[in-house]
Amino acid sequence: MLAVETSALGRTYNIKKTRKTAGHQLIALDNVTLNVAQGELFGLLGPNGAGKTTLIKILTTLLGPSSGSARVNGWDVVTQSDQLRKDINMVSGGETSGYGLLTVQENLWMFSQFYGIPSRQANQRIKELLKIVGMEDRAETKCSNLSTGLRQKMNIVRGFMTDPRVLFLDEPTLGLDVGASRDVRHFVRKWVDDNPDRSLLLTTHYMVEAEELCDRVAIINQGKVLACDSPKALKAALNAEAVYEIAVSALDEQDLERLRLIPGIRRASLRQLEEGAELQLIFEDDGVLTRLIQFLAERGSLIQSLHKREATLEDVFVSLTGLSMKEVENGHAD
Amino acid sequence: MQTEISKQTGWRLFVRSVIGRAYPRAVGSVRDLNFLFFDVLMPFMATIGYVYVYRALNAPEEYIGFVVLGGAMMSFWANILWSMASQLYWEKENGNLALYIIAPTSLMSILFGMAAGGLIATTVRALAVMILGSLIFQVSYVVTSFWLLFAVFVLTMLALYGMGIMLASLFLLLNREAWHLSSMLQEPIHFLSGFYFPVKALGFWPAALASIIPLTLGMDAMRQLLFAANVDFGFLPVGLEVSILAGLSVLYIAAAFFMLRYMERLAIRQGKITDRLS
Repeated sequence: MLAVETSALGRTYNIKKTRKTAGHQLIALDNVTLNVAQGELFGLLGPNGAGKTTLIKILTTLLGPSSGSARVNGWDVVTQSDQLRKDINMVSGGETSGYGLLTVQENLWMFSQFYGIPSRQANQRIKELLKIVGMEDRAETKCSNLSTGLRQKMNIVRGFMTDPRVLFLDEPTLGLDVGASRDVRHFVRKWVDDNPDRSLLLTTHYMVEAEELCDRVAIINQGKVLACDSPKALKAALNAEAVYEIAVSALDEQDLERLRLIPGIRRASLRQLEEGAELQLIFEDDGVLTRLIQFLAERGSLIQSLHKREATLEDVFVSLTGLSMKEVENGHAD
Repeated sequence: MQTEISKQTGWRLFVRSVIGRAYPRAVGSVRDLNFLFFDVLMPFMATIGYVYVYRALNAPEEYIGFVVLGGAMMSFWANILWSMASQLYWEKENGNLALYIIAPTSLMSILFGMAAGGLIATTVRALAVMILGSLIFQVSYVVTSFWLLFAVFVLTMLALYGMGIMLASLFLLLNREAWHLSSMLQEPIHFLSGFYFPVKALGFWPAALASIIPLTLGMDAMRQLLFAANVDFGFLPVGLEVSILAGLSVLYIAAAFFMLRYMERLAIRQGKITDRLS
């Protein structure tokens, strides 16, 4: 049995007319077909607004689909939501759930009661999990006194506490510092490795997170799944091509548009630096480099550094969409 | 090796959820003593005002008792509006609502928990107002039937909190309007339900209309059972009011059950549970 199964899943929102904008339909998910196997740590990678959270909401029964179907652990998200909810849990990044007046232990106990876990078992499990995430000394701290990182660790404990068959993590390290993010990633990976009959679906817009954690990744943009495979396979497909990072003295968006017209350049994106700019380029082959150097020389843009490197998931995203995630988030896709 | 857990279902899950959600409300009133100012002292100020109006008018002494009782019962209406009806809006804002929905328990059990916890905390506040008012203004009570008084209180609370759950289901589809709606319902109900005067003074039809709020008949019956007034101030005979309250209890709790199921499905379909697009 598959942990998650979606077929031509779609979701649209009717955006009401306002004084400034006309009413319209927003397609949040478009014909998404995905399978997540049991025991798999599956990642949804995409920029903000790509449709990742919408997909998680549908799979966790918080939102009805407009078209298509979805099953979690064999249960239909619309018609069998009562059965489905026994098998899942969800943690979102930046979550402020719980009550500030209650302690960490009390908040976690309260949520355990909504899953019917006897208090003695719940308290024992809370104690164990708090120890694993390094919060055993915070059990009696009021939630309102927790830092963002500790609060998110508490949320992570809340998600794992109920021993779900399928766990959904929506941007679990959002807003966390490097250390806390690493702890969360380590804990998540270990849980999947230790529990081969459990599955985890994670959304992220951090490439490192997807590369480091996930068995397979679906790249999603504007509600559509563009590619789905293991991070290694996705990158391998791109390594046949040449991926370059070139720092130049100056280059603007207009230059970038012209640069994209050079034959053999598959994808190009530009990041402005404090001094100069950095080009991320994918060529069909290394021969394109000569034409590029000539192009830059004509514009008086000096090359400050140039190196060829292994493809990353960011490159895969750029190769699929023609834009970096940041550019998509900044609205260049429109 | 982590502790194996078992998960209860059916009525056991329901009861656990009620206790779980009642807990923050019950302990909240002990840990956050702000309620002494906002929920005891502030309503008591309005009560004091009416006491002096009645004294200035040389109204019968029972009217002081009516106002003190009304001031105490006001806490329950505030609790219904701000901590039941619009509570799901706050829960949506802080992310708890989504977690309640995805849990295997029913939203009904969560709201029952809120009601139970709110009832405990509000009864403490109401008793504080009642005791304070009675001591300061020397109110004397003549309880004609304690058990009937108790039954009236229980039925009033059943109907009132049933109504609260029903309103909560309606508010599930609202956003910031929930806050405005609660504000809008506060003062008119204080007036219509006769918090500061016997509701009979409004005339039959306005009082009958106000009786859809269980506190109207509940307070009227309680006043009849607590004060041996020389004047006939009761709106309806106590027996009839008890029967109507019993009917309202059944009606509101049943309506709450069905409306909550329906509204939850509707909110999921319309994407109103979390109100974020992506």
